[in-house]
Amino acid sequence: MVLGSVFAVLFYLGAIILIAGVSSRVMRYARTPAPLVIPTTPAPLTRAGVGARMCREVVFFESLFKGSKWSWLFGWLFHFGMLIALARHLRYFTEPVWWWVTLIQWVGVYAGIAMFAGLAGLWVRRMLVDRIRYISAPSDHLMLALLLAIAGSGLMMKYVHHTDIVSLKAFALGLVTLDWQPLPADGLLLVHLSLVIVLMLIFPFSKLLHAPGVFFSPTRNMRDNPREYRHVAPWAQNLSQTRPEWPLGRQSDHGEG
Amino acid sequence: MAKVEFETPPLPDQLSIPAVLPGAMAHSRPFVAKPEHQQPLGFPGELVDNWQKVALDKMDELLGRYRSLQVFLDACVKCGACTDKCHYYLGTGDPKNMPVARQDLLRKVYRRYFTVAGKWFPRLVGAVELSEEVINDWYSYYHQCSECRRCSVYCPYGIDTAEITMAGREILASIGVGQKYSNEIIGKVHTIGNNLGLPEPALANTLEGLEEEVEEDISVSVKFPLDQQGADVLLVPPSADFFAEPHVDGLIGYAKVFHQAGISWTLSSYASEAANFGIFIGNYENMQKVAQRIRQAALDLGVKRIVVGECGHAWRVAYSFWNTLIGPFDFLDPHYPAPQHICEFTHDLLYQGGLKLDREANDDKVVTFHDSCNVSRGSRLGSTPGGQFSIPRDLIRAACTHFVDMAPETIHEHTFCCGGGGGLLTDDLLELRVKGALPRAQALRQVIEAHGVTHMAAICAICKSQFTKVLPQYGMGMDMVISVHQLIGDALVFESEH
Ligand code: SF4
Ligand code: SF4
Repeated sequence: MVLGSVFAVLFYLGAIILIAGVSSRVMRYARTPAPLVIPTTPAPLTRAGVGARMCREVVFFESLFKGSKWSWLFGWLFHFGMLIALARHLRYFTEPVWWWVTLIQWVGVYAGIAMFAGLAGLWVRRMLVDRIRYISAPSDHLMLALLLAIAGSGLMMKYVHHTDIVSLKAFALGLVTLDWQPLPADGLLLVHLSLVIVLMLIFPFSKLLHAPGVFFSPTRNMRDNPREYRHVAPWAQNLSQTRPEWPLGRQSDHGEG
Repeated sequence: MAKVEFETPPLPDQLSIPAVLPGAMAHSRPFVAKPEHQQPLGFPGELVDNWQKVALDKMDELLGRYRSLQVFLDACVKCGACTDKCHYYLGTGDPKNMPVARQDLLRKVYRRYFTVAGKWFPRLVGAVELSEEVINDWYSYYHQCSECRRCSVYCPYGIDTAEITMAGREILASIGVGQKYSNEIIGKVHTIGNNLGLPEPALANTLEGLEEEVEEDISVSVKFPLDQQGADVLLVPPSADFFAEPHVDGLIGYAKVFHQAGISWTLSSYASEAANFGIFIGNYENMQKVAQRIRQAALDLGVKRIVVGECGHAWRVAYSFWNTLIGPFDFLDPHYPAPQHICEFTHDLLYQGGLKLDREANDDKVVTFHDSCNVSRGSRLGSTPGGQFSIPRDLIRAACTHFVDMAPETIHEHTFCCGGGGGLLTDDLLELRVKGALPRAQALRQVIEAHGVTHMAAICAICKSQFTKVLPQYGMGMDMVISVHQLIGDALVFESEH
């Protein structure tokens, strides 16, 4: 039970830091104005168009595809493998298990392998391509090591050393319902969970901020409409010394352009 | 700075990605601005004593002013997709010319002072103190970026290194280390109204000369009006159009278009410059001040329309920023409520049947087109996305029989910078300019060999100046470079008036 409580506390702590940290960054991004219209053109003219561009970016990694086919392949395998593997984990947190979670259980396993392969490919590139090696800090290597260790320990529990899934599910459900349950004292499982907690803790302080950041990138989320709308940022409102009496005219919310 | 001896790299058959060559361009630095270039722009004359504090305060201010800077400094995952996209990296192999590495010069300081990870674990995340060495690197490598935005096309988060470069330059200027070339020019615009420092009498003289030249050439009295009250159109060309070759033939082309369309127009001696180097140094206030002259001139002359000449970054400022900086343009003709590009203007006339062109005039040429960065990736022409690619090509095809495009990965949004944009068109950066032009020169030579291309048309004053200077280094003639409006002007058919 001690183990269960320690991990429960750590999970809550991780969740709080993750949510608070990311929201504070997101709030900062949202608060900071985009004082000039700077979409990378050709850019969509409408909000719907921007929505579509953003979807292509987030779902298909459109720009990365243009930029580097290998990074795109490995990056896409990793991200979507991880997404499905994460969704598969919902079976530990739901009772009864949602139907679609049941449905994807079998893909989830392959997804885990795809995630591992994608990460490995990215790391090999980081070590072998001289340009990417040059731009890598120790943290860039460690991040890949961390994610690989999470994926690897997860896969090992599937293929090498099964863990007590029934008690694990009781523990996980207990986290959700605030009714703490013991955690099986299984080395591999503890490693897996500890690494996940580490990931949650460092998320808001690392380059993982690219996840919320992409939605705030002005070159991707602004409409190409500068001739129709003015985008005067609050700080720029009073800069013009010579003609302060100018009317402001039609304004766009300089939010997402 | 002593003149650097350098060798022009040989043009490869295929563009290849060079191996990393650390420090290859560490010696490249433009002249530093003198106090008389700094102060009129609102910057300290020379390096301030507490430069570290001033620089960090400025960075803090900019992080709060520009969401781009804040998001871009956080979001990069070091995926490497941008590393082989910069023409300066491709031409020099200096790893600090890889876009992400250029950003990292600023990012590592940002991390050290503005992020938890960088404060506690600087070694782990590659964070460093703001030292003199860092400032030197900033000065060197933020003046090896032409702010062309090519890297932003390929980045999964749209990180635009141009935004980082602008921030870097603004911080440098604010501690007293500005760039002479750009700042001196901005000063001239503030006092005289154009980059060349050309006063009204000289301008009037030049225009008179052009009228005589055209009259002699085609026996039609095409006018080049200056400061004409009540004209319909105020034309704002880059001032290079008044003098430089091949630019001036473009100006003659605009005038012929106006003449044939029968639309009254004028130049302004107060605002005789479309270029706005405020964008290059990343300074909103100076960019706004430069732009204000044009609004003022339009109001004073009582024109109904504003048309901007062939100039890349000027068009980005005019298209993307003017309305915000100096708008609204509610005093213009509601049919033309926004300033237009000369290519949009001519294109409209062409499709309304208002121009008579004879392609035969250009039959001796095989023409290709160089997409300018700022038009391609920072603005638009016409009413649909991508008009910036189709409209100039439509114009060229209307004036020439023989047109071919360069390789698809070097045109449209993928276009390679000429190597001289972003405030780098100065002789103290010649080595950089020559090497940075390599990717474009390679694509050009390919179409010369495959299709017998004789001319490369452009719609940017900087591109034209840069190419006439550097193409000869690669064994191609400077007279290959031509204005789109020269092609139009030469093809226009006039009834002789004599
Ligand atoms: S903006 Fe252009 S010059 Fe600057 S780093 Fe990117 S590709 Fe290179
Ligand atoms: S492409 Fe974007 S995310 Fe990738 S290394 Fe370059 S700047 Fe960073």
